[in-house]
Amino acid sequence: MRPSPRTAHALGLYACHTCGLLSRPAREGASSCGRCGSSLRFRKTNSIERAAAYLIAAYILYIPANVLPIMETHSVFGREENTIVSGVAYLWHAGSWGLALIVFIASVVVPVLKLLAMTLLLITAHYQSAWRPLERAKLYRLVELVGRWSMLDVYVVAILAALVQFRPLATVTPRSGALYFGAVVILSMLSAMAFDPRLIWDPAHKESHTHA
Amino acid sequence: MPVLSPTDSQSTTGLIACNECDLLQRPIALPAGGWAVCGGCDAPLYRYTPGSLDRALAFSLGAAVLFLIGLTFPILELEIQGNVTSSSLSRTVQQLWKDGLHVFAVLIAATTILLPALELAVMISVLLLLRVRRASAWMPKLLRLLTLVRPWGMTEIFFMGVLVALVKLAHMADIVTGIALWSLGGMMLLLIAASRSFNLRHLWEQVAPQ
Repeated sequence: MRPSPRTAHALGLYACHTCGLLSRPAREGASSCGRCGSSLRFRKTNSIERAAAYLIAAYILYIPANVLPIMETHSVFGREENTIVSGVAYLWHAGSWGLALIVFIASVVVPVLKLLAMTLLLITAHYQSAWRPLERAKLYRLVELVGRWSMLDVYVVAILAALVQFRPLATVTPRSGALYFGAVVILSMLSAMAFDPRLIWDPAHKESHTHA
Repeated sequence: MPVLSPTDSQSTTGLIACNECDLLQRPIALPAGGWAVCGGCDAPLYRYTPGSLDRALAFSLGAAVLFLIGLTFPILELEIQGNVTSSSLSRTVQQLWKDGLHVFAVLIAATTILLPALELAVMISVLLLLRVRRASAWMPKLLRLLTLVRPWGMTEIFFMGVLVALVKLAHMADIVTGIALWSLGGMMLLLIAASRSFNLRHLWEQVAPQ
């Protein structure tokens, strides 16, 4: 079964992943793009394996990121530890519903949905599923677009820690949860970058060609 | 976007492949500000960027000036019972480093200072090189570097973080917003404006393949 002849791969053409130049490989094996010098390959190398490795690491670190406190507040009223979720609850009770919603979406909804979305994309790509490629492609685009915004809470902790330094009245210290959270965001960004969206389409193109 | 039919497979000059689904297509002319989307998967293929490269240069230089102000001047000032602390972007990183949170300090410094600075520097170098109209061996290297750096600069997210911190602190202290807050906000808008006029795909097309 040959892939559909409408794609660059099917015509034996390399589309450079960096600059987009189409070129015909001069020889089998490794070659590099004549315009930008990137190494040429039809699909990202070991895309699913690398993306899955980053994703599994992100899942593991997601646990300490939510269980451990992200910061600690010392004040005359005592010591208080904050986790991601308690920070959202605080904003909500303070009446800042808009911000509470933004932080809730950025730090709770987006990371969870991103991990689940990448899991779905990797599993369907691994089994070469031709199921709803357009919807999966849109899901991937969404993951790429909003994934970075989860860094929001990490920055909030850093700013608070730098500003609130009134010993002995009030001090804020970052705790390890924030670092784990930052690591989850970076690992899931790396996972999305390692994933090759062309793998979503390859089975669909193959199928349409067989039916044609 | 006309999708290439299997019978056209002989001539491939002038074709482009979708970066998401690999479908080959023939580019069409676009109206000002328009996007071309892939006929197969709806992914954006390329766009027509209004305005000259000089406009992109002006926006990037403006963003660089605001970035320098945003880096050194206070973002927020906080007062509790006569004690004042202020925090700039560079002081935030220093404070984290001083507290022994080295990995954390490096993470913040990289995503809010080093990488945005690198992105701006590369954009300005590319635009200046194009102004002197010299075919440079550096151009492909600079454009590749830009593709690599772009996802990791997070100025706009940091800016939102400052706003969230502001609300969290509002009940416990008097807050004065510093000049750097507005500079970072302005830099964010100028960066968006600059990248609207800065068409990476178009710049790649001007680099001659060897």
